[in-house]
Amino acid sequence: MGAYVVRRLFFSLFVLWGAVTIIFVVLRLVPGDPAYIMLGPDADQAQVAALRAQLGLDQSLIQQYATYLANVVHLDFGESFRLNADSMSLVLQRVPATIQLATTALLLSLLIGLPLGVIAALRAHSWVDRAISVFSLMGQSTPSFWLGIVLILVFARGLKVLPSAGSGSWAHLVLPTITLALPFLAILVRLTRSGLLEVVHEGYVQTARAKGLGEGIVVLVHAMRNALIPIVTVVGLQFGALLGGTVIVETVFAWPGVGRLLIDSIGRRDYGVVQASILLVATIFVLINLLVDLLYGFLDSRVRLAGD
Amino acid sequence: MAAAVRRRTRAGSARIRFGFAVIAVYVVAAVIGPWLFRYDPVGTRTADRLKPPFTRLSDGSFAIFGTDQVGQDLFAQMLQGARISIAVGLATLVLAGTIGVTIGLAAGYFGGRLDGVLMRLADIQLAFPSILLAIFIAALLGPSVVNVVIVLAVANWVTFARVARGQALATRRREFVDASRTLGAGTWRLITRCVLPACIAPVLVVATVEIGHVILAEASLSFLGLGTPASTPSWGVTIANGRNYLADAWWISTIPGIALAFLVISLGVLGDALRDRYDPRLRSL
Repeated sequence: MGAYVVRRLFFSLFVLWGAVTIIFVVLRLVPGDPAYIMLGPDADQAQVAALRAQLGLDQSLIQQYATYLANVVHLDFGESFRLNADSMSLVLQRVPATIQLATTALLLSLLIGLPLGVIAALRAHSWVDRAISVFSLMGQSTPSFWLGIVLILVFARGLKVLPSAGSGSWAHLVLPTITLALPFLAILVRLTRSGLLEVVHEGYVQTARAKGLGEGIVVLVHAMRNALIPIVTVVGLQFGALLGGTVIVETVFAWPGVGRLLIDSIGRRDYGVVQASILLVATIFVLINLLVDLLYGFLDSRVRLAGD
Repeated sequence: MAAAVRRRTRAGSARIRFGFAVIAVYVVAAVIGPWLFRYDPVGTRTADRLKPPFTRLSDGSFAIFGTDQVGQDLFAQMLQGARISIAVGLATLVLAGTIGVTIGLAAGYFGGRLDGVLMRLADIQLAFPSILLAIFIAALLGPSVVNVVIVLAVANWVTFARVARGQALATRRREFVDASRTLGAGTWRLITRCVLPACIAPVLVVATVEIGHVILAEASLSFLGLGTPASTPSWGVTIANGRNYLADAWWISTIPGIALAFLVISLGVLGDALRDRYDPRLRSL
């Protein structure tokens, strides 16, 4: 298990290094002077000169890359010209709001998605299963920014039972959570259904049944434990989509999280904040996948044994 | 019994027909619609501002979906939007497919260190929420139709690369490939004539599954103001635009969203059905 953990840790670091490098390369690949692009047409000469110095644009590419990596390691993304504060601390202030939204959405998806998936698998090919499949397909296909607008129209403007934007109370959390959770929930239903259907005909499930165990125990204890393995992996990978989704949901509902800061900063051409927020979200995502991988090793002994 | 077996092997026919039919309607609407219902992106008709669906306008025309804040017919705007959204989706798939298949074939066929490097690159890309990468690149490039295609292709090549690599790995050791090699076929010929054809079916299936995601991603980017510019209003632009008039005109955002969701659902149905019929192994994608 130890070697497995170390290997996963190294891979996570490698991925983060890759993300940092992609950002560096993209910033340098865009035609034109990065300092001009980052500051926009209305910047004055002093600002451009300051940013050129900060980015080290007069040095060689390799030196620039080294400076960039060193700054990233020190979490130094420079001052935000627009907000007069350190970019990274601006982003860190917004993290709790995003985490709150993402975790409630994740919990809601698990609470509804897993049971629906189990029901669909147990009643496979019945009308219940069909109804759940249709719901899941619609959930995956509905643009979340549009769903958010429709929810605002119905519950905030029409029925006037929930606030349309902002944060502060649990009521503010309801609509953004539903909007963010729906696509994730839909994927979870599909995965749980297909995962369970794949194992219900396996020998050990039949053995459990032959021992006279109740259908509930057979499904929830014997079948589910193995069906969970692919589910956990995909949940980890899809959590990235959920985090990406916070950008849109926070914009629709004026939720004061990292995603909205990111979009506002793009509008203000505040690229220090843009990079800091993208890297922070990527880091959270990588950490969650690391956790998922470790959990995966715990659920399936073949995974950790393969590496040792 | 024979009939039952026959029906079983043809499973998904109804879904495939449904998917194709709906998509055909959208494509026809996108191709000929804008000629029948003229849309002028800079035109304004103040007398017809924010009229609800089923209104007769001042020039005698009938606005089935109502008008927007400058008096433009929403239906005409949506037909134009269909053209943009579908064109961006197709162009993205062609670009992402070309990049992905090339990388996947190279990785799978040559293997070794090249395979390692390319697949680690794919891992990094997968470990990075693709909408974030798209937002970042789009923010730097600025809004334009071509830039959206580039951004979405960069964010979506990995699936194609993985499928092509899998096929290349499975095919390169097959007897007919060995036979061609023995007969003196060069590497280029082996890849283009033996391995590539084996990739086409699964890549087309993946493309059908992916195009819905791409169209949704384009709409999301446009909604955030990072996609197509206001002069070429894709559905995302129209929906974003309607957000400012929710109190007076619910239809501007709502109706294009329904049209968008229905297209993506149909693409999803078709993609799943094609996958189940032709390549059930791709189910995990």
